[in-house]
Amino acid sequence: MDLHRPIHELTAAFSRGETSPTAVTEAYLGRIEKLDGKLGAYITVTAEQARAAAAAADRRYRAGSPLGPLDGVPVSIKDVFCTRGVPTTSGSRILERYVPPYDATLVSRLAAGGAVMLGKGNLDEFAMGSSTEHSAFHVTRNPWDLARVPGGSSGGPAAAVAGGLAAGGYGTDTGGSIRQPAAFCGVVGLKPTFGRISRFGLIAFASSLDHPGPFGLDVTDAALLLGGVAGHDSLDATSIPAPVPDYTADLARGVRGVRLGVPDEYFIPGMDPEIEAAVRAAVEVLKGLGASVERVSLPATPHALATYYVIAPAEASSNLARYDGVKYGLRVPGRDLVDMESRTRAAGFGAEVKRRIMLGTYVLSAGYYDAYYGQAQKVRTLVRRDFDAAFGRVDLIVAPTTPNVAFKHGDKEDPVQMYLNDVFTIPADMAGIPAISVPCGFTAGGLPIGLQLIGKALDEPGVLRAAYAYEQATDWHRRHPELA
Amino acid sequence: MRYEVVIGLEVHAQLTTRTKMFCGCPTSFGAAPNTQTCPVCQGMPGTLPVLNRRAVEYGTRTALAFECRINPGCRFARKHYYYPDMPKNFQISQYEEPLAEDGALDVDLLGGETRRIGIQRLHLEEDVGKLVHEGTLETAQASLVDYNRAGVPLMETVSRPEIRSPEEAAAYLRAFRAVLVYLGVNDGNMEEGSLRCDANISLKPAGARELGTKVEIKNLNSFRNVQRALEFEVKRQTDALARGERIVQETRLWDADGGSTRSMRSKEYAHDYRYFPEPDLVPLKLERAWVEEIRAALPELPRARRQRFVSELGLPPYDAGVLTQSRALAEYYESAVREFPQPKLVSNWVMSELLRELPADDERAIAEAPITPSRLAGLLRLIDDGTISGKIAKTVFEKMLATREEASAIVRREGLTQVADAAALEALVEAAIAGNPRAVDDFRKGKTAAAKALVGQVMKASGGKANPAMVSKLVEEKLTKS
Repeated sequence: MDLHRPIHELTAAFSRGETSPTAVTEAYLGRIEKLDGKLGAYITVTAEQARAAAAAADRRYRAGSPLGPLDGVPVSIKDVFCTRGVPTTSGSRILERYVPPYDATLVSRLAAGGAVMLGKGNLDEFAMGSSTEHSAFHVTRNPWDLARVPGGSSGGPAAAVAGGLAAGGYGTDTGGSIRQPAAFCGVVGLKPTFGRISRFGLIAFASSLDHPGPFGLDVTDAALLLGGVAGHDSLDATSIPAPVPDYTADLARGVRGVRLGVPDEYFIPGMDPEIEAAVRAAVEVLKGLGASVERVSLPATPHALATYYVIAPAEASSNLARYDGVKYGLRVPGRDLVDMESRTRAAGFGAEVKRRIMLGTYVLSAGYYDAYYGQAQKVRTLVRRDFDAAFGRVDLIVAPTTPNVAFKHGDKEDPVQMYLNDVFTIPADMAGIPAISVPCGFTAGGLPIGLQLIGKALDEPGVLRAAYAYEQATDWHRRHPELA
Repeated sequence: MRYEVVIGLEVHAQLTTRTKMFCGCPTSFGAAPNTQTCPVCQGMPGTLPVLNRRAVEYGTRTALAFECRINPGCRFARKHYYYPDMPKNFQISQYEEPLAEDGALDVDLLGGETRRIGIQRLHLEEDVGKLVHEGTLETAQASLVDYNRAGVPLMETVSRPEIRSPEEAAAYLRAFRAVLVYLGVNDGNMEEGSLRCDANISLKPAGARELGTKVEIKNLNSFRNVQRALEFEVKRQTDALARGERIVQETRLWDADGGSTRSMRSKEYAHDYRYFPEPDLVPLKLERAWVEEIRAALPELPRARRQRFVSELGLPPYDAGVLTQSRALAEYYESAVREFPQPKLVSNWVMSELLRELPADDERAIAEAPITPSRLAGLLRLIDDGTISGKIAKTVFEKMLATREEASAIVRREGLTQVADAAALEALVEAAIAGNPRAVDDFRKGKTAAAKALVGQVMKASGGKANPAMVSKLVEEKLTKS
């Protein structure tokens, strides 16, 4: 069975009775069984629940009344979304045996739409990382080259979709954790507007920056996967009450007359020349489809990375304070309360997480708050204003997703080198605006390259439309890695 | 050297909302441990807070009653410290942008003086859970955590350091509590911990501008303890200063049994709460119209009511003070007066009879009093129209407490009506005169007191039910006529 079939084709086949959710689910489970030992895309595989959900979907399709466009669709869900009765680890030892008593809103909406959860996808511990090498359990490998990383932190779901181990996936993007692995794995990754998808039940890394979003084999799938979970949630005070449009409705309207801005600051010395060439070629394709192109400037961009590494660790140091061995998760016994908590946290958190907790604790401490956290918030405002100014002139911003392609495991031991991977993705997180990564070519070595399209708040339809137009004019998204 | 006492009070009041500050769990007191919890108030991974609108309304109502400036935009902030009773290891509170600032509370002192104590700020926050140690804190082998209270809405109100004595501090707290209870935002129960007080106290040389080193006292769970602890501290600090010692800035615990404060174990390190704006909540914007709606619906506050009881109803200030101790009592009194418009008489009965049975500041007990205001009025009417005597009325009152009946029903059933029928009384009077010729003789010889003995005879013969005024009138008539 072809396990690189987009969701919109799969569900059409379900409706025609050519195949069934159970048949497809079994095929994915078989492939996971066979290949995930190598790939490491999953932390937990929920075969039993998946079979039950698929069987229920079978009955609905047979009755001619599927629940919607995701009914019977097998997906991988990053292991930061809480799942009732299913271990949810956030890639950390400290939550290794944690079983949530409730479902994240994203998970319950998927269940209500009939989607089939295959399992919980691997990630860098607490979503802190760009390579999925920092999961407490195992690394995830890039399906295009097992010696390379799939990107991160949502490397598990990205590798699963790229490798044919899931039809779709959900991750989170705090500094690029959806778009960067999508680019590295040659799939579509969408980070919607902050508040468009509920964060309720998402184990927090940096609350003001965490964006849930989908991975798909093509833009249509990304639109369907977004539509299945988007919308206001009374359990998340930061979720947006705006109605959810049908994201597939106007996909094919094209880009004629759409104004594209190419930011000077996203083409930097030291970036991979093959990426620059591929992205500039992609801009020409869009131009050929009728879009107008102009240069724009986002001058605060060079400061965004440093600012991010103040704000995100600050929020993380607070969000991760609750893991103390008192209530749930790991507990390492100690002489007294403080000793128990210290030992638990020392044993439960990995090096990168500890680094960020210390960084965040420092920047929030008395006497340093204004110099670091306060200042970072001001720069964050400048980043937002840059985008506001640019969107006064253009409809969308076109840029590379990453400055380099997938690197080899162990290649970026220096944390700062790792952080630099997110230099093009962080600004859209800081501004909370929608951005997508779509495949736009391959290096000579056969590694995927990602094109990033960034839009105004809530302009997911515009972002998706341009991405779709580009995708339809090219065939990068039809290439899949050979895995055996 | 003479010292002046400077006191500031921080009061934490649990708001009487039905549900918690950031989740839908119930807030009621006394449930089995951890039965009123959910993933949100247990601080489970992935959970998010959603603000309780009613808590904001209650906070705003209180702030308006204290004449505070309501900040049109305020924020919540995270306050970090590690303690197992706090599920997230941070408390959602307010820091730089509190709900309201700059208010005042007028406190009437016993001597008749009124002091206006400034209120610096009022903010909202969530309560923490409760630790139950197996043994004492120092020796316990294990501690249990009950999160039922975690997330219950708290309102913290900080007074300016303008209180000048322990008695004033107690008076401030009483007035403060009365306002909260009047507003219906707090149940006023210090023993159950729904009202908690910390005090800051320092001494300074009389007339000095600069404040002395302050000491914070915790664990003050009653008005009396607040006053006692502060009195102890005044003496302790005065003695220390007299010995030439310096006051150490510290937190001290009040030990009610020992009647003293003691230094809390020295902290291993000073707290740095690392406040920052709560990213899971959007800044709170209070619409002006909403605030005005709350202002318009404010009830009459205890002090205004007390003044009105004096000026409109002509009550002595003492009575007015007693009757306005709680909203329920004031309301009880007023509805009784509406049905029986003799304010002082009603006041006498409420103060001497009703309050002998029920505590004046127990809202619930007063509201559910077995003798309703209308029944009390009914009883007073029976006295007024001469149906029963004042003495019998007290007996009737006792019975009403037990049976929750109308006074008239008891009087009728038990035949307690005063005999006011002139014909029936005449017969009794004539019988008394006929049976006591000596008394009649004495009267005629000018011993008027002899009439009283005859009246007593008649009263006795009537079983106490005769109307005494009518009897003495009849006796006099008969004696002078014949």
